[in-house]
Amino acid sequence: MAQDSGSRTLISHAQLRRGRGRVIYWALLTVVVVGFTLVFLGPLYWMVTGALKSGQEIAQTPPSLFPKDPQSQNYADAWNNLDLAKLLFNTFYYAAGALLFQLVLDTAAAYALSKLRPVFGNVILGLMLATLMIPAMVLIVPQYVTVIDLPILHINLLDSPFAIWLPAVANAFNIFLLKRFFDSIPEELMAAALMDGATPLRTLWSIILPMSRPILGVVSIFAVTAVWKDFLWPKLVMPSPETRTVSVGIYAFSGGTPMNVVIAASVIAAIPTVIVFLIFQRNIMSGLTTGSLKG
Amino acid sequence: MAITTVAGTKSKPGRPASPYPAGPRRTSLGRKVRDNLTGHAFLIGAVICFGFFSWYPMIRGVVMSFQRTRRGVTTWVGWDNYDRIIADPSFWTAWKNTFYFTLLALLLGYVVPFLVAILLNEFRHAKGYLRILVYLPVMLPPASALFLFKFYAYDPGDAGLFNSILKALHLPTSQWMQSPEMTMPAMVIASTWMNMGGAVLIYLAALQNIPGELYEAAELDGAGIWRRIRHVTIPQTRLILALLAMLQIVATMQFFIEPLILANGTGAEDSATSVAYLIYQHGFFQNDLNGAAALGVIMLVVLAGFSAAYVRLSSKQD
Repeated sequence: MAQDSGSRTLISHAQLRRGRGRVIYWALLTVVVVGFTLVFLGPLYWMVTGALKSGQEIAQTPPSLFPKDPQSQNYADAWNNLDLAKLLFNTFYYAAGALLFQLVLDTAAAYALSKLRPVFGNVILGLMLATLMIPAMVLIVPQYVTVIDLPILHINLLDSPFAIWLPAVANAFNIFLLKRFFDSIPEELMAAALMDGATPLRTLWSIILPMSRPILGVVSIFAVTAVWKDFLWPKLVMPSPETRTVSVGIYAFSGGTPMNVVIAASVIAAIPTVIVFLIFQRNIMSGLTTGSLKG
Repeated sequence: MAITTVAGTKSKPGRPASPYPAGPRRTSLGRKVRDNLTGHAFLIGAVICFGFFSWYPMIRGVVMSFQRTRRGVTTWVGWDNYDRIIADPSFWTAWKNTFYFTLLALLLGYVVPFLVAILLNEFRHAKGYLRILVYLPVMLPPASALFLFKFYAYDPGDAGLFNSILKALHLPTSQWMQSPEMTMPAMVIASTWMNMGGAVLIYLAALQNIPGELYEAAELDGAGIWRRIRHVTIPQTRLILALLAMLQIVATMQFFIEPLILANGTGAEDSATSVAYLIYQHGFFQNDLNGAAALGVIMLVVLAGFSAAYVRLSSKQD
């Protein structure tokens, strides 16, 4: 994100600082700040407070802005009836494993493609990037068939965390981000490490990785949020109630559970990603834009 | 999002295959073999994962679409799966719905983020706050956000969030997901709210790369705000606009979780069924994985058609 160093945009600064321009600017800014708060934060407020209301209060017209008699019963019910602790733990476990596998295998692959450059490296990179063009929905059925009977090995990965961890590694976008960052690390550093007798692994560990903290952060956040937000894949490969992720668990219970309890569970499921976002928002936003723009 | 940048990543021709073989050692065959083996050892983990979970399923999907498995026996059936899928009336409904959703999502989810980005780019205050707000819904698990819309926003009674707002403004209320006409717009509104943050941030970054002198020159020539947007902003962001349009078409045409949660799958009078939902239904409820694979191949062909048209159009303009 470029800082707003006062560079000229659509309307000049001078125009915004004087007379009528200034009035319009502040009026518009106020409208936008209030409007955006209502549009983007409003529904979340409604969600959090709605789950604090009783079944009667939520059905009354007009709806009340503040819960008259806030009760945490819905949240307690959601936590206990849906076994949210278990669901959250599962999701966390899948996300952490996916992160670990991606950090190790994708970083190693990107390092090989960027610095070691073995024969056919570019062909492999091309085949990896080609998967970006294939819509996820197209692959869902053959991927599922593959997971229930892995070719050659004939293993069934249903209800095994590997069914989430290993497909997560096949993430061309993250490999591409890492490779491009490694490409920007000067070759001279590699040559110097070689002169000192460092092995490729040692060079990766002691030179490349410490320099790559920003990009590793971005990739980590993408890896974790992708698992946390995913729905259809975990729904298919984790069919047992004991192995479900939190989104799938809430969906599975949504039919026979009072709606306020479902909403309370949805709030609890959203808290971890919202916290991650608020802590790492700078990294997320810079990763999002560097990944797509500066080609 | 990486599609435009792929070309820039190829290593320049004439570069040595590896930085390691410097000097006379380069001629040593044993050394070369060892370097390559090390390189492939680093690659092998990711390559295995791509092989099992991306490359192989791709081929398997095409193969499956020409086979039929009954009671564990697999036979080749030619185009039978395609014939069966296309003969199903819900096939055409699903495609009609999918195109309609994509069109609405483009009108709303493509134009609105661009306008929002232009607006945010003019502000000198509260920029960080506004950016966080726009991106916040993107971070919610989609299931959470959609339950919020399903139970609170689209409650067809007067207690629903949208209906109480409409009522307060003295506008007619709506049945939302229970009315076949409103099903699609309601799903598009929810989907746009959940997803527009990413596009806004990418547009913002693109807008910040426009040189200020262009606006200055346009202003000196007497161009008003609209003409400056028309003749400076849009041409300067044309590439990223076109790229995001294509990515969005490909992404929205696969919409699945919106009908599943908001409309319990098919919605009132089949008004919500999407092609992706049909794939799911065939594969996992009707025990017809082969038909689902055929549907997937059809979807791939249609989306590849869009991508090819995009590449053609964008290369023509350059």
